[in-house]
Formats: sequence, structure tokens, C-alpha cells
Amino acid sequence: MSQALYQDRIVALAKSKTGAGTLAAPSAKAVRDNPLCGDRVTMEIRLDEHGRIAELAHKVRGCALCEASASALTARAVGHTTDEVAGLRREIDSVLSGESQGTGDFAAFAPVAQHRSRRDCVTLPFEALRAALGG
Amino acid sequence: MTSKTFDVGAIRRQFPILSRPINGKTLHYLDNGASAQTPQAVIDAVVAYETTSRANVLRGVHALAEAATELYESARADVGRFLGVTSPDEVIFTGGCTAAINLVAHSYGQRLKAGDEIVVSELEHHSNIVPWYQLAQRVGAKLVGLPVTQDGRIDVGALPKTVTPRTRVIALAHVSNVTGALLDVAPVVAAAKSVGAVVLLDGAQRAPHGPIDLPALGVDFYAFAGHKAYGPNGIGALWGRRALLDDMPPFMGGGSMIGRVSLEEITWAPPPRRFEAGTPPIGPAIGLGAACRWMMALDWSAVGTHEMGLTQRMMDGLAGIKGTRLIGPAGLQGRFPVISFTLEGVHPHDTAQILDSYGVAVRAGHHCAQPLMDRLDLPGTTRASIAPYNDASDVDALLEGVGEALRRFA
Repeated sequence: MSQALYQDRIVALAKSKTGAGTLAAPSAKAVRDNPLCGDRVTMEIRLDEHGRIAELAHKVRGCALCEASASALTARAVGHTTDEVAGLRREIDSVLSGESQGTGDFAAFAPVAQHRSRRDCVTLPFEALRAALGG
Repeated sequence: MTSKTFDVGAIRRQFPILSRPINGKTLHYLDNGASAQTPQAVIDAVVAYETTSRANVLRGVHALAEAATELYESARADVGRFLGVTSPDEVIFTGGCTAAINLVAHSYGQRLKAGDEIVVSELEHHSNIVPWYQLAQRVGAKLVGLPVTQDGRIDVGALPKTVTPRTRVIALAHVSNVTGALLDVAPVVAAAKSVGAVVLLDGAQRAPHGPIDLPALGVDFYAFAGHKAYGPNGIGALWGRRALLDDMPPFMGGGSMIGRVSLEEITWAPPPRRFEAGTPPIGPAIGLGAACRWMMALDWSAVGTHEMGLTQRMMDGLAGIKGTRLIGPAGLQGRFPVISFTLEGVHPHDTAQILDSYGVAVRAGHHCAQPLMDRLDLPGTTRASIAPYNDASDVDALLEGVGEALRRFA
């Protein structure tokens, strides 16, 4: 049911727009599209001298799930390395496949496991971040 | 809504799927533009073939092969009658509307040379852009776009400056899959004739709304899909003017499409078989024939009144909800019952997901019409598309869900 999919936590994450915007001096930028629905995520990052994400900003042209995902990812990714971000991707994948409930805000996406056609909405910001990190 | 000649309840009872609940609610199927539902008559025709006449066509001499061939060719004649043409041999069964357009782009397209021009419009479905783009890439031709008006119509007023002596093909949607706008075909045909170009119409969104008079339209090719016109998946039809088909090379090679084969030389069968390589989708073709017969048995004057009455009800209802914007023609003139809209602050996918919880099936996104979305500066729309079996409760359920989507997200 959509009401379960759009629980308050998802709507709040989407409306929070955590990390929405652009960076003054990004070290890398990537754009990823979902060709099936036309959604687009632009991800900008600035890495520190240790290769950790010092700043992250995104622009989302997408649905509430995509916006919520970008917010949740921003909150979790800043301060982390490429390898640690890959771990976040593994965590969200396990949530979306129903294998785990996820931790923190990622748990809000558990109902998406029942909506196969919406999983890519959640992973698009992760794809854009991976591309920005050179993955 | 009931009239002397149109009883929506009687129509609905012919569609078994409409009694299936969705999320505990009545199904309100308004995604007909993507795939319409299929009536029992079509299901019965396919089952009858599979259970009493299943065999290959055009090859065997045994009783089942004869029966299958008779059903298959009768279906071709039914499609021809639906299109208003007298020669069934001008009707080619294809895998769908996309396959039909690709057939023309590959086969007729072999005539094109570097510097030739192909005209499409900004509102085309990708299936009527990509095959022409690919053709242009292959031969060095140029793809030219007819602009779209702000209310979502192909701007035929731009034909004089778009169509040139280098134009070889004009390929346009008969009805837009996003805005429902009906193409004014006469000036397109006139413009094409003035430079010796051919006109192909993508009839995917027009065919589900009743028989078509192709001779009156004067076009050269017409393509439509079975699954959007109450028929099975995996089948479509291409009509082509006989003189053109006769001169066109095959698209695909295989059995049935040959005259004679040796390792030194191969000759081609005449149309339509030249373009139906291999065993065709026999059951789906028979189903499409049944769908055409089903449509031809309806009183389309009454159906049209019903469909457009629901369109008006939906447009009025949406216009009355703050935050809603209708995309496309403002009135009912020159349009078909395809209604696109946006909700302020709500992404179309979220709208569609909320509507699903009300049992309402719609399409959301770019509708495979990205150039139109760019032209209208939209990420996408929510689209409701109406069929004869829809009723006022479908419209009202959509309006209720739209209100909830706005409350939830905006």
C-alpha cells in the first residue's frame, strides 16, 4: 500500500532536502539519469586530503523516494571514504531486497522492498555518488 | 451513464479483469494509453485458435493448417476493414507499433540518401523518433522537428518552413500519447505531396477509439499496436500504400517471405508476406482481428460522447483542485481522451503511487516523449487515458486520490 510506502519518515526526509544545492568548489561532479522515468540526480562532492567526503551537495529532479534517498545518503556519506560509501550502497541494497531492515534513516526505505519498480528511485542518488567518486 | 445505444455496464461486463480488486478497492483502470484491457470476445478468439485450430499458417495442407490460415487471413481482412481499406494485402502484421515503424524506417528508408530530410515532431513517442534517428545516422540524412504549440499540439502552421524539397518522410503521431491532441492531417499530406514525400502516421493512440478512414486521410503508411486497441500483446499492424509496398525491400529475412531461394539468387514474395518473415504471431493476430471486430460493432458516436463526457468531468474536476495544472488542449475540440496533468510540489510518480492505493491505475513520467517534456519544461506528467469501459466512478476515484496526493506531499 502506498500509505506504508510514503510513511511520515520518508516524506520528512524528502522535505528536509538535506544536502540539496551546489558546492562552490567541488572536486568531482556526476549526473545520473533513470532512463525509464526521466529522473535525474546531480551529485557534487569535495574530498579532503584523506580522501574523505568533506562536503556533498545534490540536485534531484525526481520523486519523493529519490529526494528522501538523497537526503538520507547525504547525512550518512559525509566524512566517509569511497570504500565506506560502497558499504552504504550494500546496506541500502539489502534493505531494498528485503534482506535487512537497515540502520538509521535507511530503515525508512524497507517498504520499498515490496515495490520492485520503485527501487531504482532510491538507488539513483547512490549511483550518482558512486560516479562522482570515480566508481 | 446509459444511452439508447451505449450502456457502459454492458461494456464493462465484457472485460473480466475489471472485476479484480486492487489493494482492496475497485479497479479504476485509466492506463489505457499504455495498454488497454481486453474483452472476452478477444480472449475467446485466441483460446478458440489455441484449442481448435492451432497450427502453422501458409505451409501445411492438413485441416488444422487450413483452419489456422483461414483465421489468420480473416484477421488481416478485419484489420483492413477497421482501417477502411479494401485490400487486405496492404495490411502487414508486425510485432507491434514500434516494429511497424521500424519496418518502414528500414525498408522504405533504403531509398533515402545523404542530405535527405525526415520530419518528425517534438511530441512524438520515442518509437516514432528513434527509428528515424537511426535511419538518419545510417544514411547521413537529417532529422527535422516540427514544433509543438504551448497547448500540446503539433504546429502544422510550421509546415511551410519545415518541409523542404529534401524532405522524404514525414512521420507524426495521429494522436499524442501525452496531450491527446489530434493531428490535423490534411495540411501534412498536402505539404508532403508538394515535395514528393510520404506520410507515416503513428496511430497507437488513435486506433483504440474506433474505426479509421485511411483513404480519407490520404496518408501512405499507418501503424498501430494491438495491445492498446483491446487486442493481445506482441501484435501490431502496418498499413502501406500498395504501390509503395511493392517497391520496398524486405525488412527481415526468413521463411514465408521469399519467392524462390537458391544460394545464388533470392526473390521476394509479394506484400504482405514479403514483410512477415518466419512464423508470425498467429494467435495474437487472430486476437487483433477479433479486437477490430469488437470495435467495429460499437456505436462510436455514442462511445465518443461517453468518453469525452468523462474527459470533461476529469478536466473540470482537476481544474477545481488547487495546485493542479492540465497539460494539453484546454477543451474537447480536436482531442482524444488522454489527459495529462501535474500537481504542484508532487512528483508524477508519487501521484501515481498514491492513486494506486485508491485502485486507480495511471501512467506517470515522461511517457517516452522526452523532447515534449523538454519543450514544456516538465520532468514528467501524470496521465489518465480513457476507454469505453470507464465510467464516472473511475474519474471520481482519480480526483479523490489527487486530493490525497496534494495533502500528503505539497
